[in-house]
Amino acid sequence: MSIVMTTRPPEAPSNKVASFKPTLLQTEEHHLCPGCGEPVAIRLVLEVIEELGLAQKNVSIIGHGCYGSFIMTMDVDSTLCLHGRAPAVATGLKRMRPEVAVWTLQGDGDMTSEGLAEILHATARGENITCILLNNGVFGDTGGQMTASSVIGQRTKNTLEGRDAAYHGHPIVIGNMVAAMPGSAYVARGSVHNAASIAATRRLIRKGFQRQMEKKGLSLVEILTMCPTGWFVPASGGADYMMESLGKTYPLGEIKDISASE
Amino acid sequence: MRQVTRGTLVIDADRCKGCELCIVACPPRVLTMSRTGNATGYLYPELSPGCTGCTACQQVCPDFVFEVYKYHEPIVSGSDAERMQ
Repeated sequence: MSIVMTTRPPEAPSNKVASFKPTLLQTEEHHLCPGCGEPVAIRLVLEVIEELGLAQKNVSIIGHGCYGSFIMTMDVDSTLCLHGRAPAVATGLKRMRPEVAVWTLQGDGDMTSEGLAEILHATARGENITCILLNNGVFGDTGGQMTASSVIGQRTKNTLEGRDAAYHGHPIVIGNMVAAMPGSAYVARGSVHNAASIAATRRLIRKGFQRQMEKKGLSLVEILTMCPTGWFVPASGGADYMMESLGKTYPLGEIKDISASE
Repeated sequence: MRQVTRGTLVIDADRCKGCELCIVACPPRVLTMSRTGNATGYLYPELSPGCTGCTACQQVCPDFVFEVYKYHEPIVSGSDAERMQ
């Protein structure tokens, strides 16, 4: 089959329907691994911020992980904080500047292993912040070790035979924990493994920011992201592997929406 | 075979890291991986006729290498006579 020339725009009359969009990301270049889901998740967050007109009044609180490299290219105010302490830093910022949209970006190792207390106490206080959790079940930045949210049977660098509930314990399903607390306004879980789920996740993130601006309470949007390098699978198999392993423990969809129940 | 092409892509092949997520994401299955590597040695996607301009590849790409164009008039390749055979 013939190959179409794709090095320059077509000569026949046409219009551009999609390209690299968020103006809040200064360059499309990044050094994350092939098949990583985090750039797509961050693109969605930045697109939503732009859509909601929050580009000039938002502050991102970034935890520690691969996504931290985006602090150099994201055109939003940002603070890097100690491991897992993003909701605590966000609490201070939001209380001093209540008109600003404050959002945290954390991985699952950062949120559930290192900073479980911060997210739970921020929820208990009902802080008006939006927490974005990029959940891939491993400490990707340090080479793929087990986190508190690695699923049973998941092979990581220090659970080579797969996570064993009797020895390593059970995964912490942070979304359901936060949803059970009265301080949370919106909890949802999306993923970035195919085009349909990416479109759905964009809507979840949008609602998360809207609940914050409505001063309803803490909103947590968990996004399942691929980490083929940390899972020791080929980059092309990351999406399927994610839905077979994490997808079963972490079902997608909205878990709690305080506005819907009213 | 009669083929209708409604859209096309601009692929920034040299920034591609060869993760192949676009290959499975493409509904009409018109993306295939190249045989030779790009400037950094990764294989990259190549487009065959039949693109519908649905933007699925652009949505899933972690390295943002795609631009999607939609033709004002679909391009039809192959003839109806050929199709009848």
